Amino acid sequence: MATRQTRTLARTMMAPAVIVLLIWMAVPLAMTIWFSFQNYSLINPMMTGFAGWGNYEYVIGDPSFTQALVNTLLLVGGVLLITVIGGTFLALLLDQPIWGQGVLRILVISPFFVMPPVAALIWKNGFMHPGYGMLGHLFKALGLEPVDWFAQYPLFSVIVIVAWQWLPFATLILLTALQSLSEEQREAAEMDGANAVNRFRYIILPHMARAITIVILIQTIFLLGIFAEIRVTTGGGPGYASTNIAFLVFRTGILSNDIGAGSAGGVVAVIIANIVAIFLMRAVGKNLDA
Amino acid sequence: MGSITLEHVNKSFGEVEIIPDISLEIEDGEFVVFVGPSGCGKSTLLRLIAGLEDTTSGHIKLDGEDVTGAPPARRGLAMVFQSYALYPHMSVRDNIAFPLKMAKMPQAEIDKKVEYAARTLNLGSYLDRRPRALSGGQRQRVAIGRAIVREPKAFLFDEPLSNLDAALRVNMRLEITELHQQLKTTMIYVTHDQVEAMTMADRIVVLNAGNVEQFGSPLELYKRPANRFVAGFIGSPKMNFVDGPEAEKHNAHSIGVRPEHFTLSTTAGAGQWAGTVNVAEQLGSDTFLHVEVEGLGLMTVRTDGEQTFRHGDKVYLTPDANRIYRFDAAGLALQD
Amino acid sequence: MARNASVQTKVGFTVLAWTVALLLFSPILWTIVTAFKTEAEAIATPPTFLPLTFTLDNFGDVQDRSDYIKHAWNSILVSVGSTLLGLVIAIPAAWSMAFAPTKRTKDILMWMLSTKMMPAVGVLIPIYLIFRDLRLLDTVHGLTIIMTLINLPIIIWMLYTYFKEIPVDILEAARMDGAELWNEIVHVLVPMAIPGIASTLLLNVILAWNEAFWTITLTSGRAGTLTAFISSFSSPQGLFLAKLSAASLLAIAPILLLGWFSQKQLVRGLTFGAVK
Ligand SMILES: Nc1ncnc2c1ncn2[C@@H]1O[C@H](COP(=O)(O)OP(=O)(O)OP(=O)(O)O)[C@@H](O)[C@H]1O
Ligand SMILES: [Mg+2]
Repeated sequence: MATRQTRTLARTMMAPAVIVLLIWMAVPLAMTIWFSFQNYSLINPMMTGFAGWGNYEYVIGDPSFTQALVNTLLLVGGVLLITVIGGTFLALLLDQPIWGQGVLRILVISPFFVMPPVAALIWKNGFMHPGYGMLGHLFKALGLEPVDWFAQYPLFSVIVIVAWQWLPFATLILLTALQSLSEEQREAAEMDGANAVNRFRYIILPHMARAITIVILIQTIFLLGIFAEIRVTTGGGPGYASTNIAFLVFRTGILSNDIGAGSAGGVVAVIIANIVAIFLMRAVGKNLDA
Repeated sequence: MGSITLEHVNKSFGEVEIIPDISLEIEDGEFVVFVGPSGCGKSTLLRLIAGLEDTTSGHIKLDGEDVTGAPPARRGLAMVFQSYALYPHMSVRDNIAFPLKMAKMPQAEIDKKVEYAARTLNLGSYLDRRPRALSGGQRQRVAIGRAIVREPKAFLFDEPLSNLDAALRVNMRLEITELHQQLKTTMIYVTHDQVEAMTMADRIVVLNAGNVEQFGSPLELYKRPANRFVAGFIGSPKMNFVDGPEAEKHNAHSIGVRPEHFTLSTTAGAGQWAGTVNVAEQLGSDTFLHVEVEGLGLMTVRTDGEQTFRHGDKVYLTPDANRIYRFDAAGLALQD
Repeated sequence: MARNASVQTKVGFTVLAWTVALLLFSPILWTIVTAFKTEAEAIATPPTFLPLTFTLDNFGDVQDRSDYIKHAWNSILVSVGSTLLGLVIAIPAAWSMAFAPTKRTKDILMWMLSTKMMPAVGVLIPIYLIFRDLRLLDTVHGLTIIMTLINLPIIIWMLYTYFKEIPVDILEAARMDGAELWNEIVHVLVPMAIPGIASTLLLNVILAWNEAFWTITLTSGRAGTLTAFISSFSSPQGLFLAKLSAASLLAIAPILLLGWFSQKQLVRGLTFGAVK
């Protein structure tokens, strides 16, 4: 379709969005890269000038960086694992003939609508607090010693909270995909003599592959940037035990006012995200056009 | 007024040339039908005239004025789409009024014109319905109503009847023909149904792979097809073609005989070609026989519906000597 | 499968599903009931389920302590404002990509999506400094701009998938009927895409409402949204369990309702139409 005139018009109409996003991508990123090579601290104005790779050496050389990197991968990987497997089971469960489907869906999806700081605070105070949290009460009732979750298992606790928030999303998408599998297809498989396990393995799972890829893609985008949950619960601690890259940059740049080092951390975060992104886009691109 | 002139119009989509070079003169008030096989570029040509696509090269003139680069809104043409393309969120009344509203016509005048169109097309009782609540035929009428209120220079129809059932199609065909007689506005009508083409057109453009094979009145095309393609395309059932020695007897590379131009006999030896009936399609008024002729292949023959035939019956065919079409090696018709 | 399910298996699955669902919902349920308890009851051992003494005081206290209304208003301004601004930029762009696609359209869409992949921390520092110099820190309009930018790719993608379902014939009919581009969009495209635009709006309001990186890092007092408001309750911890719940409930209730309402669209929206 379309004449030259329409196409010109189309380009004009697209320009604002493209320009705005281009600026949003390029300008701050260029500044981050620039700062990352400068000695620039808000606390110590005497510290100026070209820093070379100094900031990078400082950030990457610090043991906290390695830990943050590992934590980031554990956080993303852990949450993905829990939500994809849990979501698949939940979706299969909700797809069964049960009473109260509609209400169930609403109950299950609800955590997704809870803003991250609220989610973190509810879990921190209402559930994981060793004194009066529900888990504490439960442990006491079972005759066990209550666990101080955020002190003893800080990263695990954050993973639990984030997984709770994202499990509904995975479930809902996988359920939708499952329901789009036609009844006919399933019946045909049944007629062919496939038992439940084989039906899942050869019919349902391949059908859901696309949805699972989407879940992984979308969640990874958000999970790489997990911030509020950490800020509100552990503050990244104890030490750096629950600091991910995002929070490390925040700690260095904003809390410690070291713009140069913070920026270097930011650049590293961007590079990591890009590596993940390229990897993901490949996988998804294949799945998305089909 | 609405004469349309195409001068060396060429259209390519990227690398693919869809219309190599077309020149046409469509006179004011004419009903012109574009026919051709699927994918030959009928819709593309219509959309070029409409201004929905632009020509790669060449010129399009409306009443002598060059409109090659003008957007559709400025050309003053109206189009009826195969899908009807009604605005689903507007009532029938608003659908018909839309082009007038775009032309910033005063409301009173709009109302008058909508009423008039509704009366002409028997849409009076549906004016406040949404298109969703109409039948296919009614939707088609609304689409036509939306086209006529603007009093366009010409109407462009792209297979407007192909989504309707057979009976309704015949009705709408008549209605559109009547509409043309009443309005006397130029109409260009795209179809791949050659019955529509033959019955409605003043002149027919036969397109093949983006080229005009012939442009003429329906009978002209039937009686004097310019080439084998037109001969085969116009007429139903299709013309039978014979190559080889049988054609050489007529000094031609190939010859064609229409199914209705045979004399048929069941008496042994009472015909030039002997054959066996393969399938007999009885329509009541006519019977179409598919006859396997020895040495020449399958031929379609029309007879009246009086006689019944069975598979395996022997028949003898004589082509009407005055109505044998002759073609040269390139497929062009040979004149007598 | 529905055909041959016996009543027993149905009961079994129902019990199992409800158990899991209630477990998942329990943190929210806990928040709801605790919000109506007194502080003493909230930390009582053993815990009570329904409040013994039902009180609304917590809500009043939250308003007095942290001015819920102001933060909620900021949240509304930022989430609705950024979504509307986003729609204004995105509708023309999505029109272009859906109805006048070129070879590069898919690439541009992918590129837009990839801007979402850029971690916010990568640009936090320059944005922070730019905002400081332009005096945009802790302002509602500053935050609105950022929120527009981060949600723009999603808005464009969503609209694109909805627009693609509209037959191009109808837009061409409008062109033939003499409609210029503006009229084509305002009188034909937008009314036809209302359901899609509405779910785009809903979903992006939800995302902006719950956004908790920029809202926390770029605001302090004046322009704080509910995410900032709730973060202020993180310390001193423990003393305010009932009030914390009341504040949490206030912060999530509007979006929870909106979310229940739009859960069907959510799937389509968030997966960019890849799962329907
Ligand atoms: N926008 C386009 N881009 C690329 N090729 C196109 C485009 N539109 C049409 N074509 C090609 O141009 C050729 C002619 O298409 P057109 O729609 O004009 O055929 P048609 O004669 O109307 O066929 P039909 O009877 O099936 O409607 C086809 O091969 C088609 O694939
Ligand atoms: Mg066509």
